[in-house]
Amino acid sequence: MNKNSFVLGLKAGLSIAIGYFPVALTFGLLAKTSGLSIWEATAMSIFVYAGASQYMSLTLISKGVDPILIVLNTFVLNIRHFLMTAALNEKMQSEKRWIKGIYAFGITDESFSVLATRKEEKIGTAFAFGVALIAYSSWVVFTAVGHVIGANLPQFLQAAMSIALYAMFVGLLVPSMRGNRKVVMLALIAAVINGFFYWTGILSTGWSILVATLASSIFVEIIYVRHEKRKRSGGQLKGV
Amino acid sequence: MGAWYWWTLIGMAIVTYIPRAVPLTFLEGKELPPVVSGVLRNIPYAVLGALIFPAILYVQEGNLLFGLIGTVVAFTLAILFSNLMVIVLGTIGVLAIYSLIF
Repeated sequence: MNKNSFVLGLKAGLSIAIGYFPVALTFGLLAKTSGLSIWEATAMSIFVYAGASQYMSLTLISKGVDPILIVLNTFVLNIRHFLMTAALNEKMQSEKRWIKGIYAFGITDESFSVLATRKEEKIGTAFAFGVALIAYSSWVVFTAVGHVIGANLPQFLQAAMSIALYAMFVGLLVPSMRGNRKVVMLALIAAVINGFFYWTGILSTGWSILVATLASSIFVEIIYVRHEKRKRSGGQLKGV
Repeated sequence: MGAWYWWTLIGMAIVTYIPRAVPLTFLEGKELPPVVSGVLRNIPYAVLGALIFPAILYVQEGNLLFGLIGTVVAFTLAILFSNLMVIVLGTIGVLAIYSLIF
């Protein structure tokens, strides 16, 4: 494995690790107050590793909801990852399937965003492992820490750090928007559709992000394909 | 928690892993039609739009102003600097100062 590229991956994933810190800490704390032991809480972070699903499961567990429903809800919440990993696959270096199966476990909204917005044509396996590992470590370690200390960060810091992952998403998006009208359209249209679903309450968060993303990606692609065609046929006309 | 907890956890782990692993492993080495791969190439930027908005406004429940300030600061820093750490830590810093004062 390329060591240099692995280290670069660790570096690129550092902002995810920082963003996960307060979220994992709070998860550990909430898990404790929901009656989970440190092993039960940490095992969930180790084996499931999905922030939104884990938070949801705590709510459902404390309400005594049927485990099958908890699992179903988790699946629905994570369906969007089908779309993300299919998109990521286009950008990943060709690799043995079982190796891809390992780093696939580390794909979250955040690691996907960091990987998929890289400028390189192809992303190396070692780099993906670096990004995934540092984010995962932060998630697992700070879940346990949150359970052990059983207290949160000072209120002002907790509040401020809740912006971290969103600031990271903004930091990944804005540089790509520069001088690229297609990227601007993609993000804006998806945001508007997602906002519509959020405020009307038609779809739950997991579905909403999935539908908004897909609708925007297809819509913009249609516009651009048509645009290209028109340009091409326009050129031919001139040729005639 | 009883044994059911561990069964639930295993179930959650499986249904979380499937959407992550199936496309990456099954699509390996497969050439997709240009239209499909064109749409897939758009996904990252559309996802970011949907992940950011409107959730960024609601990072602090019941405090829309907090989210708005965070949004403005994050976008401003992202326009001024390209370094991700500067953007993330800078936004946290400004909001920390804000919540200390108010």
